[in-house]
Formats: sequence, C-alpha cells, structure tokens
Amino acid sequence: MRFGLTEEQRLFDDSLRAFLADRVPIETLRQQAQTGRGFDPAIWQGLCELGLPGLLVPESYGGAGLGVLDAALSAEALGHAAAPIPFAASAVMAPLAFANSASRDQQSEFLPRIAAGEMRVGMAFAGIGGQTGDATLTLQGNRLSGRVQGALDAGEATHLLVYLPDGRAALVEAGANGVSAQVRRSVDRTRPVTDLSFENAESAVLDAANDRMAAALRVVDAGRVMLAADTLGAAQYMLDQAVAWAKERVQFGRVIGSFQGVKHTLAEIVTMLEPCRAFVWHAAYAQDALPDEARLFACQVKAHVGDVGREASRMATEVHGGMGFTDLLGLHYWFKRCTFDRQMLGGPQRCREEAARLQGWKLAG
Amino acid sequence: MDLTLSGKYEALQAEVRAFIREHGHKSPKVGGPRRDPDQKTRDWQKLLVEHGYAARTVPREYGGFGAQPDVLEAAVIADAFAEANVSQGLANQGISMLVPTLLEVGTEEQRRAYVGPTIRGDMFWCQGYSEPGSGSDLASVQTRAVLDGDEFVVNGQKIWTSSAHFADMMFLLCRTEPEMPKHAGLSYILLSMKTPGIEVRPLTTMTGRAEFNEVFFTDVRVPASQIVMSRGQGWHVANVTLKYERLYLGDANKMSVRLRKLVDLLQTTEIDGEKLMALPEYRDRLLRIQGEVMAWRAHQLRLRTEQADGVDSGVKRLIVKYGGTMLLWRMSALAVDAVGAAGLPYDPSETDDATAANLDYMFDIGMIIGGGSSNIQKNVIGERGLGLPREPKTQPAAAGGRA
Repeated sequence: MRFGLTEEQRLFDDSLRAFLADRVPIETLRQQAQTGRGFDPAIWQGLCELGLPGLLVPESYGGAGLGVLDAALSAEALGHAAAPIPFAASAVMAPLAFANSASRDQQSEFLPRIAAGEMRVGMAFAGIGGQTGDATLTLQGNRLSGRVQGALDAGEATHLLVYLPDGRAALVEAGANGVSAQVRRSVDRTRPVTDLSFENAESAVLDAANDRMAAALRVVDAGRVMLAADTLGAAQYMLDQAVAWAKERVQFGRVIGSFQGVKHTLAEIVTMLEPCRAFVWHAAYAQDALPDEARLFACQVKAHVGDVGREASRMATEVHGGMGFTDLLGLHYWFKRCTFDRQMLGGPQRCREEAARLQGWKLAG
Repeated sequence: MDLTLSGKYEALQAEVRAFIREHGHKSPKVGGPRRDPDQKTRDWQKLLVEHGYAARTVPREYGGFGAQPDVLEAAVIADAFAEANVSQGLANQGISMLVPTLLEVGTEEQRRAYVGPTIRGDMFWCQGYSEPGSGSDLASVQTRAVLDGDEFVVNGQKIWTSSAHFADMMFLLCRTEPEMPKHAGLSYILLSMKTPGIEVRPLTTMTGRAEFNEVFFTDVRVPASQIVMSRGQGWHVANVTLKYERLYLGDANKMSVRLRKLVDLLQTTEIDGEKLMALPEYRDRLLRIQGEVMAWRAHQLRLRTEQADGVDSGVKRLIVKYGGTMLLWRMSALAVDAVGAAGLPYDPSETDDATAANLDYMFDIGMIIGGGSSNIQKNVIGERGLGLPREPKTQPAAAGGRA
C-alpha cells in the first residue's frame, strides 16, 4: 500500500518540467497562438527525445510500456506549461485504442510509428465520449464517409482516428483521398479543434476487441483523466502566479497578499485544488489497476477537476486585478486551457450523468 | 503507486473484519448522541483496547496495546470499521488529544495515573482552553493560577467546554506568570472537575442541546504537581495538544460513511411520490458531493503515505480541517434537503434520521468554527502554507485620529 510516486516517476517529471520551462516561454506561446494549430516542431522533437509519444506503447513496439498514471503526470506538466503540443489523443488515447481494439498486425504496423513520434493521431468521437456538434459517420467495409466536428490533437496530425457510435474505430491518413480536415482556431490558442469529413475514404478499421464498446469507453476514460490532469497543471500554474503576484504587488502601502480578502481567496484555491492532484493520481491508477472502479473515477475526476479548474482559474485571474484581464501577462492562456479541457470529451454535467448510470442511480436512456 | 494491501496489512485487515463480524453487534451506534457515554459504549471501548483497535500505540505499561506507530495499520483498522459502519470507539478530547500529549511531555506519574483510565473510557476529560475574550487568539487567556504553598489557586472562566457537565477531569490552560509576555506566561494544569469552587453552567447551542458549557473557577485549589511540564511552558504543551486535534478533525472516513447514508437516503426518500434519486436536482448534488469525497479520500491516502515516510506535508495538511469540515457541512445540508419538510419536527433528544440530519446540519457549523475557525484556518493556509505575509500589526488610533 503506497499512495505516491516512484523515484523514476519523479525524475521523469523533473526532466519533463525542466524541458518545458526552458522551451515553452511565453514568447513561444504567443507565436504559437498566431497559428493556433497546436504544434511546434522543435518542441515536439524534444519531447520525442524524452520519449513522450511512446509512454504507453508497449516496449515490444518501441515504447516505454508505462501506464495511465505516468501519462497523467506528463499531462499535468504539459498543462502547467500550456504546451502547444498534441498529447491526450495522440500519445495516450491512440496507443490505448490500438492496444484495446486493433489486430496484432495493426498494432505492429502503427504502434512503433507512434512511439517514434513520426505518426501523430488526431481523434474524434461520434455519439460517444461527450460528442457535441455534427457527427454522421458511416463505414461500408473499410470505406469511411460522413463528418465529425471537434477532433482533438488534429492540427498537424499525420493520421485521424474516429470512433463510430457502435465503438468501432477507423484510422485514415490525414492527406488521403476523400479525407478533409478543417483546422479551427479554438478559444485555447495552444490547441485547435478540427472538423473532419470523409468521402468513401479508405480506412483501417479497429475492431478486434471482444467488447468493442467497453474498449472504446476505456479510451474515452483515459482521455478524460488526461484532460483533468491538464486542468490541474494549468490551474496550479495560475495559483502559483497569483501567489507570486500577491507577494509582489503593493497597494495601500502593503503587498496585497497581506490583505485577508486576497489571502483567503488564495487559501480557497489551494484547498480546492490540492486534493485534485491525489484524485487525478487515483483516477489514473484506477485505469491501470482497478478495472471495476475505472469508469467511475474517470467520469468523476473529469467533472470535479473541471469544476475546480473553472473556479480556480477565475479566482486566480481576479487576484491579478486588471492585469489578469489583459493580454500583457498572458495568464489567459492557462485560463483557456481549463476552458478547453472542461468541454472536451464531455463537460461535468455529461460526466456526472454517466457516473449516475454506472451506479444505477439513473436508468439508461 | 500500489493500493493493494500486502503481507501484514492484508492479514490485519482480515483480522479486523473477522473481529467486526464476531463482535460488531455490540457496537454502539456510530455518530450517536454527544453525551455521557453509556455502559455499552464503555464496554465496547474496553473490547477495542484489548484487541488493539483503540489506543493501539499506547505503551502496554500505560494500559494500551503497545504497537509501534504505523500509519497504514491505523488506516487499515479505521477503514475496516468505517466500511462496516461500526464504532471505532471513543473519540474524545481525552483520548485524541490529552493522551498523546502526556505520552509526549507528561511525567511518569501523570502517565500512570491518567492514560489507562482515559483510554478505557473510565475517565473523561474536558478541555479548558477558550475564554469569552480568548477565542482564536488563544494565547491571550486570562484565567489566573497563583501558587500558594504547594497548590495553585485558580480563578477565572472558560467557555465552549465540551463535556464539562460529565467530565471527571480538565486540562486547563491558564496564566501563571502575568508579568511575562503573553505566550510565555501560561501553564498547563490537570485538575479534577470535583474540586470545590468549580461551577459548570450548560451552554445551549443552536442545536438545542447543551454540547458545551461555561466553567467558572472561584479559588479552586489544585496541587502544584498537577502541572504538565513547568510554569511558563503552557503554550508549548497546548500546541502539542492542538497538533493532535487537527489530525482528528476533517476525517475522510467520516465522509465515506456519510456518503453511503446519503445514497441510501436519496434512494429511499420520496417527494410527491417520486424517489429523490429519480430527480436530477437531487442526484446532481449527490454526484458533486461524491466527486468531492473521492478527491478528499485520495488526498487522505496521499497524506498517510507521506506521514509513513516521515515527510512534512505542509500545505497539504493545513487544508484538511477547513476543506473537510466545509464538505461535511454540505453533506448534512443535502441530508436536510432530502428529509425535507417531513424532517422539520425536531426534538434534539431524538436519534432518528431526520433529527440526525438537522442536528448535523447545525452541529457541523460548530465543527467549522471549533478547533481553529474557518477564517483562522484560511489565514494559516495562506501564511504558513503559501508563504503570504501576515496582516501588519494594527496601531492604536492616535488621540483625535480617525477610527
């Protein structure tokens, strides 16, 4: 019984955070925000050297063979840096989709390329995983048609993986015949959303799971844990900045952090936020080791951390006063990170509905 | 991260569960009325001490079980009792606060005289800390103890004294050195509540029960040997005690027990003939609370591991009392809304679910305030946890100056 990180996990986290602190300064964020495609080749290259895309890929396919908990730690670090990089779909959900639903041949064809960082996968869901907007996907044999909005990590993806309402998944190449991807700058300029449409596009259908819907939901759940971890990191960054600001900014002849109004606001944030860290770890660990509880944890952690992220990001902005509202400090990049994470793959309301059904607190339908 | 129980912990879990299966029916009701414990409660306490499920780490020579401190063992035991909704024995200020204090800084005579009877439930303590003029600013207490020969003579008043109306003993924080700076002028004295000159007046709270008392001291004579540590060291001793109190408030197992009760309540209670669980507004509040409880439970697991590793958890521990008591209050607020108008008939001496919900709903506010009020907790979190500067000392207004 040990609820904490291993030495290896700490060391990896330290090196990832050091890399991000060095390579993702605010100037880089501002540059990236111009394009809003959520991809910086230099940063990506560095993260590939750290092994980030292959964290969850089995060692036999060239990855690190680690678990969802390891991925969650990285997601938190990326959220803390507001890193303009594909991760939740490309480095976590896609490898799990292959592990859960792909044939052996498909695994050996694609997983090594994901691990090497040469294949980046944007993902979208139709009818599951909290899909909003339009989604009309059909498969005839391996031919994919229809459209789906709001794909994650698809800004500079090499491949697109879409889930159908029945839990089957179809993989296409981004530039292939009959595939079109319209990248839309999102409210979070560090990560776009992409509208996909397909016209009789040739795909590799991932349909090797015994229970295809359960397999699909495991992928959604891992994604939800990643988005919660990302929010945790972003909100923690905002709290850190707000505390630093409160120790520095002087009004009425005192640093504002000595006023109880400000001090208590910051105390409220840390009281909400700090338990979220243990919750994210526990939820991620559940994906790796507690199958009976994994779905409940994923739904509840997404909902709870989403709510805490909303409050914490607003309150931390408030502590900065007018400066928090401007573009000058760039604090809004992290606020928008929380905003994005909250809605993607189902907001708190959607996730709590699923949690209710899981527990028999609500009849399906 | 490994949440499986291995080796001795798994064995301990099996042992505790077997004990509960065999003896659980003898347990008093969990969260029962806060009053003088009855024979059933005392018998249960003795059984637990005998098996090492209460006072587990108290040395055998003082009547305890003599186990080495082990955070995970304590957690395994607490979890097993909570999951079975069986009482884990008395959790009063004598056991939770005074006993560890005496074990840390008491004399051999004091430990021998008080630890055993206290953990067995034969001796009850109340805490003589707060005064009408000294609440959050505890170090400013004015109750005086003057040495006269080999006795202290105590005069003054305490307030918020839980259990004083039936307690056998009090641990008292009082001023013995009025000429010293406020923190250095205090002493910590143990006295019998039967000493002449003590008057206890029940203090009825918003719950309608007299959970607290006012205690008045008029020339109360206490042997000088009843001091813990020495004169002027009372503040140090009081802080040893408070350290144990903050561990005892804001417990996540209590949240889990309450959550199960809430689920049950929403599944069985009807409004206009519909189950509450079928109504989205109720269900949503329950789900939100479940998410919060899951977060605090995970946080508790993290703290346990850090404690076992000897790590100072810093701000992570400082948030527990404030965050935990606030969540418990939101839980009792949902229970009150679930019992609804049918729960309004209220007699605080009853113990049914509706009364318990309304009682908790009010009593939990006392928990938010007691043991360092929520606003003080937020100062502590901000200052000690986040390193924010203290409020500057206020200057007395100059004559003719603005207020």
